[in-house]
Amino acid sequence: MATAEEVAKAAERRDVRDRWLLSAPALLVIFLAATGPLLIVLVYSFLTPGPYGDVKWQFSPEAWIAVFLERDIFDDTLSAAAAHVTIFLRSIKLSVVTTIATLVLGFPTAYFMATRSEKTRDLWLFLITIPFWTNLLIRTFAVLQIIRNEGIVNSILLKLGIISAPIQILYTDTAILIGMAYVYLPLMVLPIYASMEKLDFRLVEAGYDLYATRFQVLRRIIFPLVKPGVIAGSILVFIPALGAYVTPSVLGGGKNMMLSNLIELQFGQGRNWPLGSALSIAVMIIVMVALLAYVRNAGKSGVRHG
Amino acid sequence: MNWKTTATAMGLALLASTGLARADGELNIYNWGNYTSPDVIKKFEAKYNVKVTITDYDSNDTALAKVRQGGTGFDIAVPSQTYVPIWIKEGLVQETDPGKMENFKNVAPEWANPEFDPGRKYSVPWAWGTIGVVVNTDAYKGPTDTWGIVFNAPDELKGKVNVVPEMNDVIFAAIKYVGGQQCTDDRAVLKKVRDLLVAAKPNWIAMEYNTIEKMGAGDFKATSDWNGSALRQRLANPAIHYNYPKEGFGLWSDNVVVLKEAKNVENAKLFQNFIMDPENAAGLSAFHRYANAIIGSDKYMPADMKDAPEVVIPADAKPKGEFQKMCAPETQELYTKIWTELQK
Repeated sequence: MATAEEVAKAAERRDVRDRWLLSAPALLVIFLAATGPLLIVLVYSFLTPGPYGDVKWQFSPEAWIAVFLERDIFDDTLSAAAAHVTIFLRSIKLSVVTTIATLVLGFPTAYFMATRSEKTRDLWLFLITIPFWTNLLIRTFAVLQIIRNEGIVNSILLKLGIISAPIQILYTDTAILIGMAYVYLPLMVLPIYASMEKLDFRLVEAGYDLYATRFQVLRRIIFPLVKPGVIAGSILVFIPALGAYVTPSVLGGGKNMMLSNLIELQFGQGRNWPLGSALSIAVMIIVMVALLAYVRNAGKSGVRHG
Repeated sequence: MNWKTTATAMGLALLASTGLARADGELNIYNWGNYTSPDVIKKFEAKYNVKVTITDYDSNDTALAKVRQGGTGFDIAVPSQTYVPIWIKEGLVQETDPGKMENFKNVAPEWANPEFDPGRKYSVPWAWGTIGVVVNTDAYKGPTDTWGIVFNAPDELKGKVNVVPEMNDVIFAAIKYVGGQQCTDDRAVLKKVRDLLVAAKPNWIAMEYNTIEKMGAGDFKATSDWNGSALRQRLANPAIHYNYPKEGFGLWSDNVVVLKEAKNVENAKLFQNFIMDPENAAGLSAFHRYANAIIGSDKYMPADMKDAPEVVIPADAKPKGEFQKMCAPETQELYTKIWTELQK
């Protein structure tokens, strides 16, 4: 009793199966490309370091223990890995401040862009993308030229007589912040602009008609509506900032390690690839958990306001 | 002609031109960056009709890791003497027996039979040098022949000292400064080293490689550095002086080896022989600004290098020089911990 309905269902089932089969090769490639290298890193983190770099194929949990605990080389006591914690906290702190700085600069920029006429908007968008045309390293060296002791800022201030000796900005955390805020600013502006562009500005007018102050309009109308953009921008800035390598080493003078420098040390002069792998995975897990928590919270409060 | 045909035509032209220039053979050199004289390479290419390609690396560990993975296509690499025994032990290099090559007679006796490659079975000397202290004497007039400049900075230099972040070099210098032996795992010495480094760090402005430019611009007033780099700094600013620390300083050398996976073995051997020629060795030195180990090369050396204090070690400093060795992995682990604590 093959009704027309059943035939249609079977055809549909076949259709679904064909689609899966046809996309399987692509999915497989994407899956392998995305997880393959990570799996190698994961496996390496459970091996024994080779004497001069590389790994020996012998299981060892040492690397993971070393991520969290360190054995003092002088009195042989086991304690929490203070050096790793310090480096981790410094990276987080700098990334959070970078995110806030780009948000403070990026939000008004995006607002300005979104409120221009349709034609000029494209021009502004184009201008925002210009820094991407130049290599990150070169942009970082450009910042170095501006803030160094013999650089543009200090020379002008000296000439104007505002300061008598150059201000030491280069090789400080401030220098890293300036560099990172500059480098990551477009990543904050673009997603905010994307949500702001869709914003119905009649709602803003309505707010003013109902006697809302400028601040109230910003807080109660604009901000909740562009929140997805702000969240996307914050994530786009925070994660690369956490892994930043070039900017801290060029502008920070390499005196205080960031996470990426610590990991690089293990693969280079430290010759402890398993520890480097374990540190990488640990950072990834922590970032992932933090992100999930953040997105979930942000999503909830978004619903409440919406 | 639209852009597509233009592009195709240009591509074909390029292909044709490279086809014409194709040499009898090829040679792929894997060497430190900014280290290989283009003039000497041109001469080699012309003489043997070989096309040379150079690829850069920035550290011994990078080079070792990459070559160990295999399939690099390189014929030649230039590891430092501390690493040469590892390359040999891991079977990464070929026994080309440079000791029997025609130009080997030019190699200075003290370089002909080194500890890291007895009898020169694998390697040919490329360059050698020292690691010392560089001071801008406009900023500081006191005695400079000591690691104290870096580890116990005088007031004039506080906050203006750079340290080149080569872990093994820094630990070597610190051990010498507290009176220990290189590669020591004596905890009492290492504790002194750790305390010394941690106390010294607040007076450092940076830990960077880019010393030539930064010393020149005045961002740094003193730094630990290699001698060739110091020479280039002095040529830019005569007030910058290189010093051999009286506590002891490190000696290093880089050496040309032929990889086991080399495809152009004969050309690689020709190259090993070629750079032991005095004129060619001088040509290499003129570019990288380090001394070579070839007798008779002085004749061809640039005038500003012949008696340069950076290149010619003064007689009284000579006994303080010591070849740096590869420390045992367990010792290396201790050093890495100290290093991590220093930079946390």
